[in-house]
Parts: sequence; structure tokens; C-alpha cells
Amino acid sequence: MAHFTKATSVKDWLNQRLAVEKIEKVMASEYWIPKNINFLWAMGMILAITFALLLVSGIFLLMYYNPDVNLAFDSVNYTIMREVDFGWLWRHVHGVAASVVFLVIYIHMFTGIYYGSYKKGREMIWLSGMLLFVTFSAEAFSGYMLPWGQMSYWAGMVITNIFSLGGLHMDGLVEWIRGDYVPAQAFLTRFFMLHVFLLPLAIMGLIGLHFAALRIPHVNNQDGEEIDFDAEAKKYLDGDKAGSKVMRFANDFMSKDMMVVGIYLIFFFYLVFYNYGFAMDPVNFDPANGLKTPTHIYPEWYFLWSYEILRPFSINIGLMAFGFAQVIFMLLPWLDRSPNAVPASRRGKFKIWFWLLLVDMIVLTAMGKLPPQGIFSTIGLVAALGFIALWIALPFITMNEKKV
Amino acid sequence: MHNSSRRGFMGKAFGAVAGVGAVGSLVAMKKTWDPLPSVKAAGFTTLDMSIYPEGKLITEKWRGKPIFILRKTKEMIDSQTESQATRDIVVAGIHYMIAIGLCTHLGCIPAYIPAEKEFHCACHGGQFDWSGQVTKTPPPRGLDIPPFKIEGNKMILGEVGPEFQAMKDSGVTL
Ligand code: HEM
Ligand code: FES
Repeated sequence: MAHFTKATSVKDWLNQRLAVEKIEKVMASEYWIPKNINFLWAMGMILAITFALLLVSGIFLLMYYNPDVNLAFDSVNYTIMREVDFGWLWRHVHGVAASVVFLVIYIHMFTGIYYGSYKKGREMIWLSGMLLFVTFSAEAFSGYMLPWGQMSYWAGMVITNIFSLGGLHMDGLVEWIRGDYVPAQAFLTRFFMLHVFLLPLAIMGLIGLHFAALRIPHVNNQDGEEIDFDAEAKKYLDGDKAGSKVMRFANDFMSKDMMVVGIYLIFFFYLVFYNYGFAMDPVNFDPANGLKTPTHIYPEWYFLWSYEILRPFSINIGLMAFGFAQVIFMLLPWLDRSPNAVPASRRGKFKIWFWLLLVDMIVLTAMGKLPPQGIFSTIGLVAALGFIALWIALPFITMNEKKV
Repeated sequence: MHNSSRRGFMGKAFGAVAGVGAVGSLVAMKKTWDPLPSVKAAGFTTLDMSIYPEGKLITEKWRGKPIFILRKTKEMIDSQTESQATRDIVVAGIHYMIAIGLCTHLGCIPAYIPAEKEFHCACHGGQFDWSGQVTKTPPPRGLDIPPFKIEGNKMILGEVGPEFQAMKDSGVTL
């Protein structure tokens, strides 16, 4: 039965009612992190901080933004940028964060692939991470609609058209998503709702799932060592801190983590103040016009690789290749048939596979930005075929990998 | 025993109520996202076809989409291949190319290049000839023709007339 005594301190009072000390232990001081990890393990914290920056800057943008097709453009480009004191700051923080967050996501993902952190009990971490990637993509796309510039409108047109699924001609579905024959008021308002409410809510839920999935397997380490966390934690608590292979999440690991975060934030705010241009597409400074396509439509840089997989093929094959690229990363834990959860450098053919995939995606990204002509089309086509070939080859090259 | 069968019944009863509610909510949500009646009602445009100059591409607007109108030159009419002629639209004795000006690939507006009498799509490099037929992929088919009805020298876009129905039936357009 619950039994309460007269509290001896505020902490004791809270302890009796909320078990704060126990929570602190479970979440921080007795959540164990291996010692042999490097700065790449700080990417998750950087992502969490960047999401917080998006949330705060988004809340301030929301106070003047107007989701009306006649007002949206000016509410961003005139009201927020020129009239509101420090309005430019929120917009630049939001725009830069939306772009940089994808760079960090990609680093985070490739770190996971390199160290094999998606197998041996870590499958749920990988899956929840991929769901975060998909939701973040939807979040960025819906946000891109809001200023209602030329790129907003035409990206909205092209991306919603994908849902007609080529030869299946599901035009009714496209009109249902838009609430109109073309992107118009109904479209803007519903993407506004998705952007500022439903998708951020989903992201927060998924971040919770991602963290929960880390709890039992713990984070991997840079040597692919299998650590007995209970034994090492006991060693640490018994006083052999130097001999133990683990350390406390807080404050030990956090202090290293926040060091990297600090360096990141200096870089981030350098971009916000002096180099924000890359996050603001010049074409989007023209208001939306349904009767004029910009001469060259391309998505933001972080979507270019999958866009380039769509582009070189005829529509149905292009859509199949695109769909393949969207789901294939999810299946990585099962396509990698090797039991080794060690760094790629010690995995023979997988090491080559890893670097080929990385280079291939950089090539796809570069080609996606260039006009679809001549040699660029050819390079794009080869890289797109290469991407598919690499994934098909993965089970075969990992099947016979020697156990290390 | 008695209790557990009673709980089983209660569980099933709740499941039934919740199921009906869930289906109902889904229907309501689906319908809420449908285009509004006002949007649908505004989906008709009447054009006076006698005003278009020969050989020059004019863009009109219907349902927010660009509509290409090209009054064909004599040279075009004479040189039409059989398949180009299937897309021909004749109003009061004058020949036109009329199409929705959105690329059938993913919906960019192809630009008309008068010197080459061709449409070029900047988005993924698709091309169409002056009659609206596709000449270079990725677009899977020629430019779509909007539903139309001819009345004298007027054309109503959004209504299905016999000429359009015939084109649809023979697969010239979707
Ligand atoms: C999950 C991370 C988020 C991403 C990746 C993201 C991405 C974006 C992008 C790419 C834009 C267009 C940027 C521009 O042209 O200025 C944008 C605009 C906007 N976002 Fe977000 N966003 C996120 C979270 C949020 C949140 C949580 C809110 C508010 C609760 C919010 C509110 C807004 C508003 C009001 C705009 C329009 C103003 C503008 O265009 O500058 N965003 N977002
Ligand atoms: S939209 Fe025209 S080629 Fe893709």
C-alpha cells in the first residue's frame, strides 16, 4: 500500500510522489554507454537539438505566417522578413536547420551502416530511424509548400502527381490529396496542418520509439565488441571505473556529447548569419503561378538522389525504381546476411559495397541537380542502375562472409 | 467461467461498436478531403474559338490548369500524319490543337519552341510535337485533351460533347 511520510526536503517530497531519483538513475546516471565510441555517436544528440531549433523557430514563424494562397507569400517574404523584428532570424534558423538536419541524418545513417548497428537486436533502432527519415522528408516537403512561391507550387504539382502511379492513372487520388484539380487553397491549408501539427507530433512519437529501441541493446561501439552491460555496470558501480568498459550517460557521456554539439552549433549559427543562401531557393522568391513552370525544376538537395533514380526511366519503370529506393533501406537488417556486427573495414567485400553505395548516392545527388541532358543523363542512368544493382548484390556478397 | 464468458461478450460488443465508429470516421475523413462543391462547380470555362491567330500558341486557364490552343496553319493541316490527325479538333471549319498544357509525366508545363514546332519539358526532358503527340520519353503518352463540347464557334471546357467522347472511346486521350 502506498505509504507517505512527512517530507524531509523538496526532493524527498517529489521522490515519494514521482520517484524522481529512480527515474534519474534509469534515464541518465545508470544508463550505460560504451567508452570506445567516437564523435559520430554524437549525431543523434545533434539531431535532437536541431529538431528543437526547428520547433522553436517554427513556433515564432507561425505567429505571423498566413496559410492563404493570396497572403502566404507576402506573410513570409514581407511581414516576417521585413516587418517583424528578428523575423529573419526565425526564418533563417528554420530554413538552415531544415537543410542541415538532412546532412546530419545522412551521416547518422551511414555511421549505422558502417558499424553494422542495425543487427543483433538493433533492428528496431534501424526501423524507427528509417520511419523518422520518411516523416522528416514529409515534414520538409510540406514546409516547402508554405511560402507559396514558384518552387512550392511546382514541387507540389510534381510530387502529388506521383500518386497517380503512372500507368494506373489514379488521377482521382491525386485530386483527393490536393482537394482540387491543381494545388490551391485546400492543398495549402491541409499541408499547413500536416506541417505544423500532425507530422511534428508523429516525429516526437517516433523519437520516443527510437530512444526506447536503444534501451535494451544499448548503443554499438567502434570496435564491434559485444559488451556485457550488466557485468560492466557492476564493475563501474563497485568502484573500478577505469577497468569498466562503460560509463554513465550523464554526466560522463553527455559532457563529451555536448562538446560536439557546441562545435556544431557554432558552425550552424555561422551558416544562419553569414551563409544562409543555400537553404533559400532563389526561384521560390517568385510567387506561385500555375501558368508558368520555372525553366528547371529540382528538389532540395537532400531529395536529389532519389529524384535522379526516378528521372532517367520511362514513367512506370521510373516509379518502380523510385519506390524501390524509398523502401530498400528499411530492409537492410535482413538483406545483410552476415552475422558480423563489426566495422565495415573488417568485413572484406562489404567494405567495398559500403563505399560504392556512398559514392553512388553522391553521384546521383550531383546529377539530380544538373539539367537532364547529354552526358549527365547517361551518368545519372548508370548511377541509378548501380544503386539498384548494389542492393540486389548485398545478400549475395554478405552470405559467405567469414565470421570475424 | 460465468464471469469470463460475460467479459468475452462485453469485449465483442465493444469491438462491434468501435468497429462501426472506426468505419464511420474513416468515411467522414475521406469525404472531408474531397474537392469542395464550389471547386467542382467552378470547373467550366467557355472559350470563343474565333479569336485565335494562326500558328501561334495561346494558353488559356481551366480548373487552374493551362490549356494550350494552337490554331493550325495550312501547312500543318496538309502535312498531318494519320495519328496526328486523330487529335485534330475542328470548330466551325477551323482546325485546332487543344490540350491540357501539363506534361503527362509529372505535370510541368512544356514550353513551345516555335522554330521547331515542338514542346520541350524542362523537368525531365520529355518532348511533344505540335499536334501534342509524345516524341521523347519519359512522358508515357501525348498531352491530354480536356473534356470539351462544341457549340457553334464556342467551346465549353469541362463538359463532355460527342467529339470528345469519340476521342476518349478510341483511346486518343484519357
Ligand atoms: C521536423 C522538422 C521540420 C522541418 C524539416 C521543417 C521544414 C520546413 C521547411 C523546409 C520550410 C520552408 C522554409 C522556408 O522556405 O523558409 C518550413 C517552413 C515553415 N515551418 Fe517548418 N519544419 C519543421 C518543423 C516545424 C515545426 C515544428 C513548426 C511549427 C510548429 C514549423 C512551422 C513552419 C512554418 C510556419 C513555416 C513557414 C514559414 C517559412 O516558409 O519561412 N516547422 N519548414
Ligand atoms: S514532367 Fe515533363 S518530363 Fe517529367
